[in-house]
Amino acid sequence: MTVAICVEALTKKYKDVIAVNNISFNVDQGHCFGLLGPNGAGKTTTIEIMEGIIAATSGSVVYKSKENQGKEVDNNMSQQIGIQFQHTALQDFLTVKETLNLFAAFYQHTIAQDKLIDLCDLSDFLDRDNRLLSGGQRQRLLLALALINDPEIIFLDEPTTGLDPHARRNFWQLIKNIKEQNKTIILTTHYMDEAEQLCDDIVIMDQGKIIESGTPHQLLNKHFKDVFIYLPKEQVPVLLIEENQWTTLSGRVEITTSNVESTLALLMDNKVSLEGLHVKSANLDDLFLHLTGHSLRDGK
Amino acid sequence: MNIKRFFAVFKARNIEFFRDKSSLGWNLIFPVLLLIGFSFIFSGDGRSAYKVGIINIAAEGVDHAIEKQESFKNIRFIDYINYESLEEAKSKLSRHTIDLIIEPSSNRYWVNKESAKSYLVEKIFNTQLNGFNRLETLGKKIRYVDWVLPGILGMNMMFSCLFGVGYVIVRYRKNAVLKRLKATPLSAFEFVSAQLLSRLFIVMFMSIVVYSGCNLLFNFFMLGSYFDLIIIGMLGAFCLISLGLLVASRSKSEELIGGLLNLTSWPMMMLSGVWFSLEGAPSALKNFADFLPLTHLVAGARKIITEGATLSEISYHVTSLLVMSIVFLSLGAYFFSWNTER
Repeated sequence: MTVAICVEALTKKYKDVIAVNNISFNVDQGHCFGLLGPNGAGKTTTIEIMEGIIAATSGSVVYKSKENQGKEVDNNMSQQIGIQFQHTALQDFLTVKETLNLFAAFYQHTIAQDKLIDLCDLSDFLDRDNRLLSGGQRQRLLLALALINDPEIIFLDEPTTGLDPHARRNFWQLIKNIKEQNKTIILTTHYMDEAEQLCDDIVIMDQGKIIESGTPHQLLNKHFKDVFIYLPKEQVPVLLIEENQWTTLSGRVEITTSNVESTLALLMDNKVSLEGLHVKSANLDDLFLHLTGHSLRDGK
Repeated sequence: MNIKRFFAVFKARNIEFFRDKSSLGWNLIFPVLLLIGFSFIFSGDGRSAYKVGIINIAAEGVDHAIEKQESFKNIRFIDYINYESLEEAKSKLSRHTIDLIIEPSSNRYWVNKESAKSYLVEKIFNTQLNGFNRLETLGKKIRYVDWVLPGILGMNMMFSCLFGVGYVIVRYRKNAVLKRLKATPLSAFEFVSAQLLSRLFIVMFMSIVVYSGCNLLFNFFMLGSYFDLIIIGMLGAFCLISLGLLVASRSKSEELIGGLLNLTSWPMMMLSGVWFSLEGAPSALKNFADFLPLTHLVAGARKIITEGATLSEISYHVTSLLVMSIVFLSLGAYFFSWNTER
């Protein structure tokens, strides 16, 4: 696999706070690479150093593409990369189309506007004032701005934060469409379902450090052999719970098992009703909890 | 400098301004309201005395002329002003600053054909002027509204330049518009130049519209060249925009920039001759006012309008504005930050 970006021993200090603490990883060409972690983990700082927006205290970010063979990231990289920031305001009083035209003027090479409008599904609100866009429409426009120069590498910093579930799923589909064009995507998120849906490789960060990295499948297999079975507590005899050392939480019995069939057989042998049964594999939220002892959304 | 990128930002900023109806309306209405207000307040002539210029003949040593001069001064409730130079007195008469000129040594006097007060004073001095040669001069009266016009337009330009550039850049910085632009190939120089020229275009456009519109209402006095007036206006606006860029070069706080811009604009509003002349003020205050761009914009424009001065005659103000622009712009460029670091 060709490496697109090589991050080496990256550190960023703000006075007495170490936002990013000596992290290294590679981003493969054509992959969607996820930087995961709770708020304050150092994801945005890392991605902004990779974009050349802020300078690292030490360490390096090297682009390995043909055009930038072995070149360290700098401001000139902006012709070749696309960026969607976590928090960006758009210029007031401009319409969506005018905003696209404004940003298109900044680049030497741009994607055909019709194609971009189709790709990001902007056609319904092209003449709308930026101030009147919904959250989902705004994020689609910001994505379009990130893609306007037809970049090989696209940075998306928490692109679906604040969107409703429907808008989030629509946005995922847009990102999948972009992935199909063999673009390299670097995505930060604290939504684990998002990472599972979109990312080929992930790095999990906490307190400025990398605590785990790999593909979602590899990491879950590495840390979880079992699946979770949930049943309403009143359906399971207390004796059976105690004998098998199952845990009860929030009115449910949680059964951790590597053999679903034998566990179901055991329940049926004990005449336990399977109504309301729910089987769940471990996900990245569980992995993060497992690795750090706190959940992703909770932060610390 | 990439012209395409520069023009894209220039155009976007202009669209933003012209679509912001409240801001546009305020920029148009504020100076008009001020002019209308001041024209009403100062429409009456509160002074009862007429002003007569006497050309000083002391230097000529003509005894009988001195006697004549003294005989004129017997008439009461008239202000008598001695002038060394006939040209200076004629200039004042043509601008209605005085109502009559008498030169006893040569038995001549001048009236302003377009001044009602000049006509009345001539009647008052009918007996004394018997045997004098009557000469005429022309010239429209300079009302207070004519005098205050450059000040009000200058002040409006000042607010538009300082707040329209300074405040907007800080707002862009605070809500990460600048950060988004920094992530594009747009350079700081292209961005700042586009902001500067966009505001210069907006300010000049608005000022010309306001001047032209009010001119229909007030029929302003104008002795000099409109071209020169536009040049000094552009220089003044350029200098004030540069000052706005300097003030906004680093700040990310709208509260702070509001305070800084007020701190910059209020001294100019009070000390730059917008409302009243600083003649007679302590020299330290006048020296301080000399360091304010609005002082030179207003003084330069006023000399063009009321005295018909050319650019070379107001070269001191032109040079001052140029020097200040270079200083403000250099410092602004040096200190400017997209400020993406947290």
